[in-house]
Amino acid sequence: MSQTVLSARGLTKRYGRVTAMDNCDFDLRPGEILAVIGDNGAGKSTLIKALSGAIRPDQGEIRLEGKVVSFGSPIHAREHGIETVYQTLAMSPALSIADNMFMGRELRKPGLMGQVFRQLDKKRMRQIAREKLSALGLMTIQNINQTVETLSGGQRQGVAVARAAAFGSNVVILDEPTAALGVKESRRVLELIQNVRSRGIPIVLISHNMPHVFEIADRIHVHRLGCRLCVVNPKDVSMSDAVALMTGAMKPADVPIAS
Amino acid sequence: MPKALDQENLGQSEEESVADFSGFNDSFGTRVAHFLHNNPATVPLIVLIASMVIFGILNGSRFFSPFALTLILQQVSIIGIIAAAQSLVILTAGIDLSVGAIMVLSSVIMGKFTFDLGLPPEISALCGLLCGTLIGTVNGMLVAFVKLPPFIVTLGMWQIALAANFLYSGSEVIRSQDIAQQAAFLQFFGGTIRIGGAAITYGVIFMLGLVAVLSYVLSQTAWGRHVYAIGDDPEAAELSGVNVKFTRVSVYALAGLICAFAGWVLIGRLGSVSPQAGQLSNIESITAVVIGGISLFGGRGSLAGSLFGALIVGVFTLGLRLLGADVQWTYLLIGILIISAVTVDQYIRKSV
Repeated sequence: MSQTVLSARGLTKRYGRVTAMDNCDFDLRPGEILAVIGDNGAGKSTLIKALSGAIRPDQGEIRLEGKVVSFGSPIHAREHGIETVYQTLAMSPALSIADNMFMGRELRKPGLMGQVFRQLDKKRMRQIAREKLSALGLMTIQNINQTVETLSGGQRQGVAVARAAAFGSNVVILDEPTAALGVKESRRVLELIQNVRSRGIPIVLISHNMPHVFEIADRIHVHRLGCRLCVVNPKDVSMSDAVALMTGAMKPADVPIAS
Repeated sequence: MPKALDQENLGQSEEESVADFSGFNDSFGTRVAHFLHNNPATVPLIVLIASMVIFGILNGSRFFSPFALTLILQQVSIIGIIAAAQSLVILTAGIDLSVGAIMVLSSVIMGKFTFDLGLPPEISALCGLLCGTLIGTVNGMLVAFVKLPPFIVTLGMWQIALAANFLYSGSEVIRSQDIAQQAAFLQFFGGTIRIGGAAITYGVIFMLGLVAVLSYVLSQTAWGRHVYAIGDDPEAAELSGVNVKFTRVSVYALAGLICAFAGWVLIGRLGSVSPQAGQLSNIESITAVVIGGISLFGGRGSLAGSLFGALIVGVFTLGLRLLGADVQWTYLLIGILIISAVTVDQYIRKSV
């Protein structure tokens, strides 16, 4: 078995009579972009929520770099270096870019001002925010104190991805990052995602957009009826085959399966 | 060839504009809205200065005397303090209708514990402060954990605290002379520093100090940023790692503590402990907060704004009284100010 960063075996989650996740497996390898595709209601979100700590599976285990982990909350998962960019982006529109990047993990000034008066080190947070954004090629930002609501959808997505990449030391999970964006903004965000990968951080990409998935994914995890149907390589299968797998029109036996 | 070059240039500039975060090509109106958005206390400050100039011109030196100006400060000290508490709650997109009731109940506890139970006034004052904090904490728990709407929780708490206040005090006033003789400590905030005609009470100093400290906390600490983030979008704050429940409870608890301090300042201002005092404080504090440019939808505004809001009401009240106008004119103008303030808030929200 090849080495994995994040893996799951036999995950099951039931909501009343509905089984949202049924003995589901998952593997993410170092430095790859793994796309997760599946029809609406296939249970993609449930899988992602389990991996990001938003829900606790009823059965099964999740391993991070080989060690069994159990996340009680998204914050807990974040402490393990798993960052998630939610479809809603989870940003406070009225606060600045820097404020948002450090929300929930603010830096305090050293010494008396920080320890006794709890003063934030805004200068350092701004500086780091600026560095992180420029490292991802987002550095035409002139004013890091701009509020997030003054940014376009793509720019917001960019900040959210930068935030995740800045702190996600192990895994970055992106939920439909291009769903609400125009063509050009989507392109920027896709470049951004490739930038993040080039820095060695593996990415889980949930998307409905097949062209985007086939453009940047290294492997594709096809989700169907609450579990992993198969994993395919976008170089070996066509988009229509992938859709056929998702909807059940084709069986995994009909296509080449990725190693 | 030139055509191709053109296209290339076009492509480049478009590429840049996609990546461009600056957006400084905005119209004048948008820029004004931006500025107001980043400096939410500007509008109330302009209104405050304008109203002072107008009433100064109409009233002459009667208004612009150290005595009259410091009198305004004294008159707004209670509402200024309560408005600070109210601001914290409203910044989280909540509302606290029980502020006045907490204030009065706390002041009654300070008085009754001293005169009925015979406790030293220092201990009684401490008990009053604890009572306010406790009521605030209960408000916060009901909002954060039971997930009841703040309006309903504090509507109920308003009645409960007010009724407890009347039941416990028997609606009896503790007279000023008695407090001055036996427990002068309770009138501490009524103490006055006089410089020429100016008279600054310790209550006024407390109000100004409180606004300064809370402004620092809101802008310079993580807790302060979290208060704004919760008011903005509580789910986003939660996902970003903010402890939303704890922050909510602490905001209501702190508001309760500040209201209890207002109760203590109230004893200094009135001299006596009066269960009938401060009946309209909740509405007056919301008025100050709204005129001060804090959004009732949460997440926007500053504490300085609330102070300016309280001062605007004070300037109108005294200015019109000096003019000999019917007191109803004050209410009428304040009403117009409230509606204008919310209109400005909507304008800023939409245009940014």
